[in-house]
Amino acid sequence: MLITKSLSDFGRYCLFISRVFSIPDKWKVFFRRTVTEISKLGVDSIPLVIIISIFIGAVCAIQMELNTTSPLMPAYAVGLATRDIVLLEFSNSILCLILAGKVGSNIASEIGTMRVTEQIDALEIMGVNSANFLVLPKIVAFVLFMPVLGAFCIFTAMLGGIGVALFTDLISLSKFTYGLQAMFNEWYVWYGLIKSLVFAFIIASVSSFFGYYVKGGALDVGKSSTDAVVCSSIMILLFDVVLTKMLLQ
Amino acid sequence: MIEVKDITKSFDGKTILHDVSATFYTGKTNLIIGQSGSGKTVLMKSLVGLIKPEQGEILYDGRDIMKMTTVQMKEIRKEIGMLFQGSALFDSETVLGNVMFPLTMFTTMSNEEILERAHFCLERVNLKGAENKYPSEISGGMQKRVAIARAIALNPKYLFCDEPNSGLDPKTSILIDELLSDITHEYNITTIINTHDMNSVLGIGENIIFINKGYRDWVGDKEKIFTTTNKAVSDFVFATRLFQEVKDYIVETAKPMK
Repeated sequence: MLITKSLSDFGRYCLFISRVFSIPDKWKVFFRRTVTEISKLGVDSIPLVIIISIFIGAVCAIQMELNTTSPLMPAYAVGLATRDIVLLEFSNSILCLILAGKVGSNIASEIGTMRVTEQIDALEIMGVNSANFLVLPKIVAFVLFMPVLGAFCIFTAMLGGIGVALFTDLISLSKFTYGLQAMFNEWYVWYGLIKSLVFAFIIASVSSFFGYYVKGGALDVGKSSTDAVVCSSIMILLFDVVLTKMLLQ
Repeated sequence: MIEVKDITKSFDGKTILHDVSATFYTGKTNLIIGQSGSGKTVLMKSLVGLIKPEQGEILYDGRDIMKMTTVQMKEIRKEIGMLFQGSALFDSETVLGNVMFPLTMFTTMSNEEILERAHFCLERVNLKGAENKYPSEISGGMQKRVAIARAIALNPKYLFCDEPNSGLDPKTSILIDELLSDITHEYNITTIINTHDMNSVLGIGENIIFINKGYRDWVGDKEKIFTTTNKAVSDFVFATRLFQEVKDYIVETAKPMK
């Protein structure tokens, strides 16, 4: 039963995506909506990303220091490990899990409300491809802006670590900053970028799908919003494993 | 003119519409009436193509929309305006933005021309001065009028209204009815109104189709409805004591409504 439902939902998702990725009726309107969505989904998420990243960066540095108290480990390993954690996992997977909560619920509830208040029906009756009109700008905007959020995340997480070095006596600033630069592997940045783009697509498309097919009232919109966050998070974790296996091995 | 021929629609094995046939005339206010759950919303949604009936024909001036491709249907949709029960205005757009929307999407008009047309439509529904307000900032009656302005922005040939008076006070309801009737006659539109407001039935019902348990049970107009022998339609329309007394008075004095 569960397998049948999952397959049926996956089929509906594929059909939905095929409707989303059609040529917009008016490019001018599409670009205008995309810019609006960049502001709403991307720019508005920057404060959250900065706050979380500073604290996580600081916590990573502290934990690395406390867990690597071995004479065999060089002191700069704290900075190195903090950097690699941020680059490999935090700035993409963990960040996207957090954003699935903020952006995913926002998208699902917005589109879901439009569904239950017949705004989507109004678009359809006018002859507008509502899936394309509403969802494509969101996907494009979020995927385009995700690297910017990732960059903010990496930068502020490093600052969080530097803050620990500056304001505590756990590690010296010079050793921490040396560790941040030591044995840098450029591919980690590309790996993180590829993952974050895939996750951004998952968040925007899965959340839109849940919102688009809401039936009922306010309660159902709330439920779809929760389902969107849960499903996006699971998909992010699943693809994290798949992409890590593909890209890092 | 829109003709419906023998349409049938079922959901989960339950037949909602049974071989319904009806004609909706151009330049007239055509009303679909019936009790809740009678199938009138399904009929309306079938007419606009949101639901596809299992059988039958829906002819828009001879063009069968049931046999149309998506592209052909898209062209027909440009001739359709629809007023939803809850107005269905776009929350993120202002009143002016809502009216400009179909013009921006489907015309090659310049910005100035679009603005001019949108202002004209808003003026037509007596909403001058509310252009920059958002739907949440205006009353239900005003929202309905914005929805009417949006529906007529593209000069539609067919106007569909799903319970335009629901949630409105009687005075505002009459204003909306009069507006719909005026627009229908002024622009020679085929207007189809789905309602169970008896004031609308007796006020603007030029062609009334009564749906009962999924069947088309009666067809007539606001004058014939007073003398109908169809018990179901009579019980439905004159359900309240006030309407029953109005009916008795009119029948006794033999004064048909004007």
